[in-house]
Amino acid sequence: MKIVNNKIPSVDGVGIMKGRKAFTDDYADKDSLIIKVLRSPYPFARIKQIDDSKAKALDGIEMVLTYKDFKRIPFTRAGQGYPEPSPRDKFVLDEYVRYIGDEVCAVVGTSETICAKALDLITVEYEKLEPVLDFEKAIDNKSIIHDEPEAKQMFEIGFKPKKNIAASYKMHIGDVEISLSECKYTIRETFYTQAQAHVMLEPHAVNTHIDYQERLIIYSSTQTPFHIRRIISQALEIPLSKIRVIKPRVGGGFGGKQAIHGEMLAAYVTYKTGKPAKLVYTRREVFESSYSRHPMKFEMALGADENGKLKAIDCNVLSDTGAYGEHALTVFMVAGSKVLPLYNKVDSVRFYGDVVYTNHTPAGAYRGYGAIQGNYALESAVDILCHKMNMDPTEFRKKNMMKEGETSPIFAIMGEGTEGTPMNMDTCKLQECVERGMDLIDWKNKYPSKDLGDKIKAVGMAIAMQGSGIPLIDMGSATIKLNDDGFYNLMVGATEIGQGSDTALSQIAAEELMTTMDKVIIYSSDTDLTPFDVGAYASSTTFVSGNAVFKAARKLKETMIEEAARIFDVEVEKVTFDGKTFKVESSDKEISLVDFSNEITYSEAQKQLQVTSSYVGPKSPPPFMAGFIEIDIDKETAEIDIIDYVSVVDCGTTINPMLAKGQVDGAIVQGLGMAMFEDVKLAKNGKLISGDMLNYKIPTRLDINKLTTIFVDSYEESGPFGAKSVGEIGIDTPPAALANAIENALGVRMNSLPITPEKILQKLKENKK
Amino acid sequence: MKINIKINGQNKTFEVEPGEFMLDVLRRNNYLSVRRGCDNISCGVCTILLDNKPVPSCSLLAAKANNHEITTVEGIQVEAEKLAKCFGEFGADQCGFCNPSMALTVYSLKQENVNATEEEIKAYLVGNLCRCTGYVSQHQAIKKYLGDSNENS
Amino acid sequence: METNQFIEVNSLEEAYILASADRLNKVIGGGAWLKISLKKAKTLISLDKLNLDFIDSESSFIEIGAQATLREIETNKDIKKLSSGILNQAIGKIMGVTIRNLATIGGSVMGKFAFSDLYPVLLVMDVKLKFYKLGEISFADFVEMPRINDDILISIKINKNNSVGYFKKAAKTALDFAMINLAITKGDDFKIAIGSKPSIAKLNYEAMKYLNSKKDITEEVIEKTCALAIEEAKIKDNVRATKEYREVLIRSYLKRGIKQVIQ
Repeated sequence: MKIVNNKIPSVDGVGIMKGRKAFTDDYADKDSLIIKVLRSPYPFARIKQIDDSKAKALDGIEMVLTYKDFKRIPFTRAGQGYPEPSPRDKFVLDEYVRYIGDEVCAVVGTSETICAKALDLITVEYEKLEPVLDFEKAIDNKSIIHDEPEAKQMFEIGFKPKKNIAASYKMHIGDVEISLSECKYTIRETFYTQAQAHVMLEPHAVNTHIDYQERLIIYSSTQTPFHIRRIISQALEIPLSKIRVIKPRVGGGFGGKQAIHGEMLAAYVTYKTGKPAKLVYTRREVFESSYSRHPMKFEMALGADENGKLKAIDCNVLSDTGAYGEHALTVFMVAGSKVLPLYNKVDSVRFYGDVVYTNHTPAGAYRGYGAIQGNYALESAVDILCHKMNMDPTEFRKKNMMKEGETSPIFAIMGEGTEGTPMNMDTCKLQECVERGMDLIDWKNKYPSKDLGDKIKAVGMAIAMQGSGIPLIDMGSATIKLNDDGFYNLMVGATEIGQGSDTALSQIAAEELMTTMDKVIIYSSDTDLTPFDVGAYASSTTFVSGNAVFKAARKLKETMIEEAARIFDVEVEKVTFDGKTFKVESSDKEISLVDFSNEITYSEAQKQLQVTSSYVGPKSPPPFMAGFIEIDIDKETAEIDIIDYVSVVDCGTTINPMLAKGQVDGAIVQGLGMAMFEDVKLAKNGKLISGDMLNYKIPTRLDINKLTTIFVDSYEESGPFGAKSVGEIGIDTPPAALANAIENALGVRMNSLPITPEKILQKLKENKK
Repeated sequence: MKINIKINGQNKTFEVEPGEFMLDVLRRNNYLSVRRGCDNISCGVCTILLDNKPVPSCSLLAAKANNHEITTVEGIQVEAEKLAKCFGEFGADQCGFCNPSMALTVYSLKQENVNATEEEIKAYLVGNLCRCTGYVSQHQAIKKYLGDSNENS
Repeated sequence: METNQFIEVNSLEEAYILASADRLNKVIGGGAWLKISLKKAKTLISLDKLNLDFIDSESSFIEIGAQATLREIETNKDIKKLSSGILNQAIGKIMGVTIRNLATIGGSVMGKFAFSDLYPVLLVMDVKLKFYKLGEISFADFVEMPRINDDILISIKINKNNSVGYFKKAAKTALDFAMINLAITKGDDFKIAIGSKPSIAKLNYEAMKYLNSKKDITEEVIEKTCALAIEEAKIKDNVRATKEYREVLIRSYLKRGIKQVIQ
């Protein structure tokens, strides 16, 4: 392979660095109306009255929007396919506000300053309601968060709003209670994970205008342009054909831009007024009024026999979806479906629980959703069991984990919001991942820990799996067009959000067309111009969209050869093409691609050669990895230095090894952030204290010493050029690996995230009592 | 009030509010490579050069820049392209929202300390956050850029 | 931010008259913290024209103009020679370089920010503040005084001495505010100051008095010093750390710091 599996620089790196107009707000009309949202100061309240007369009287205020301006059409912002596996429990604006930061009303004016003044002039009378701020007390709470009759599920997801349950789920294989009772070693532990924030550096942004065909044009910093178009059409009753969504460059998403944010209000304002409008979230709004990761509670039980064979896993989960049920069920299920199959040789498994509404900032999609929470719980529990059995955790894993060619019944039972799809692990290099990771971290010499005097050195590890798109649901497509002069346009619905998909997909096309990168011009994510794609989520782009590109390239190549045969007037089988020249077998007839493309454009039986292909995965081959952390921990203060993080990844072929490494490195550091720093602090009334970047701390470059990221040789037949996904897998292991290293260092088990030095000392103190 | 600024080598006059910050003035006047990330000096995305030194434009009062020089990435296009190529070589660019600010800060580092060690690079750039890359590839790219600059000087 | 006017004054007298005319007239430094600390002002008073961005090294002291940026101080070689360079070190831990290019020493001192990493260091060095009207006052006295709104800080003067110093900032990430910060100098005497506890830094007089009364600095003496310092520091909880954890940090780093400065 000349292009694929090579370190090709990104196709847009130079222009982006040079500051070319690229991001959503760069495209806003200079005369855009500014939209600002008045946000609820109360966690739960009914709006009795809004007095906006003074605001409306302000010079420069175009309109003030309240719930009375909108027809009551419930929708979900989740940004998923149709029908959505999330409850439709949201209105553009509502009479009820359900968390601090929820939308009360919106002002629309000619400048930020005027809008700010207008916000100050609006008085709202609230009927305060008793909020639900403890997710463990949400079910059957006196306060019902979604009592409105319109809220509904699109199909059975266990939606019981009267009980504050957004979704629930249960599955079992065998009887865990019996299996556990037969085990020599059992452990029962409870774990908690927090509401991590995405902190993509570009805040949510949208701008809208009406074009000269009187259509609504939406520029949005989104991961899901096609879903956005559908949801806006549904909720605002604008014909789908009247809406065009363009996704410019996106400044990071990580799942945070899968859902709808300001798009609904901006679309409405422009549709109503005919004027351009824009809404850019403040950083506080990004924290407080978008969404974060679902906090979860896990009650885990594991059982193993005297030989260290894992026999049973029991997992009861409670998930906090906050005020709205976006991704309630899907995230919940992934906490099982992308974690439990790691140990596929058990006799019995049970996974069950509820996703509850609370009056917190909603939860939603975030890179590695469900998987990171579930991985932390399961991989921590596994180490606890190992300690009890006095068994090296790497030995345990090698014995019990998934191996190539094997399967797990869970794949067939659990999908993402629906039933799953059975599949064998045609590629699974976990064994090699663990072994190479052990070498790279020097497990033999460093496990479990070493006394360094003032500090203790320790190592810890965890294994993980992810998916490659949602099988039989996620669809991607690609169009490739041959131009005169022999270069190609590649148009994809796939959504470049900074992860490098424009580059990786161009590489796939260039490889199959046997051309060079400069001959493939990519354009992505424009609902008018590019074919459909579900968007950038669920680790689907390389695998699903990549397969679509591969198919399109192959088909175009065949078409070109057919046309060349016609020009040569020979049978198709006689024509060969090497990317540059068409030749006729056993003859000296040949034509260069450049001449061919010019001829077919201008002179000889002219036609446009263009093909479109789509791909839906019949399966979702999981990437796997082993993560190893080395830490030095201060004996007195428990402050932690991360010395190294070793990631050994099986993601099939790396389409671009550099970009793949970037995905893993970045995800590891986000995972370390969740494991160590990203502390969500709430005031007693539910107000987010950590609602800005001065108070919510993501890892800085001084907090990261060394990342050792390598890929094992692996070739997944079903993937484009052997590739699986790599976008999410990296985020899963750090929390458990760190918790395991801390136990190896200090003999203390940290059961809640983030793991801070302060919490470690508190736990040590408790243990002494 | 009016302020006179030499921006990317050109003398310009801007009408500003007395309490307005430079970021807002620049974006309003189409200097779109200067971007808003956090709005309270926490992220580094809004970095510009004020008299050749990197500062956060979100917290620089526009009035204070009166009669001073400002440089955005448009003013250092050759250097930005060189750095971009180094970023490309190490896969250090992802979403790129922060990249123009990174270019300006790295360019300043080059002027102050072209022999910067990895630790010095980290310390100099710590205020420029990145949520995408995990930083390591950026440091390799920046070392390459500084090394190339050193060779050519 | 909301303000009616921005005035670049031509003299200290002009600044003084403006500042003392109205409590809502504010003298600004670099403006780095303006967004966080000030929502509204009638007049913003800029000292940029007054050439107060000097750093002068005299034979017995270094004088730093109020408008010198933190970055200029951090990279100053003469200042690096004082008390093992703890002022440079502490400044180096304040946010990123870009902010330190904007923030001035004057703004940082007058802001009286509880999280200040500068404060413990300025307390343990021999520092005087030079005001337009008040004249020279010691930094330690300034810390105890109510906030000064009308006078104009001209410069800070650091006396040169042969003390060795230690500074520690304990924070969650390299860009976070401190859970605690502390500084120690050992010249003729020990000086200890602890900040971000979470209230603003103060000298720990009791701990200093005890430590300075001992000829032999044993483990026991250090332990006792730490205990006294913790007692005196009036430590509390906030979102960054609990009282208990702050005590752990202070005990550990004070101990390490004292050991380091007596070596």
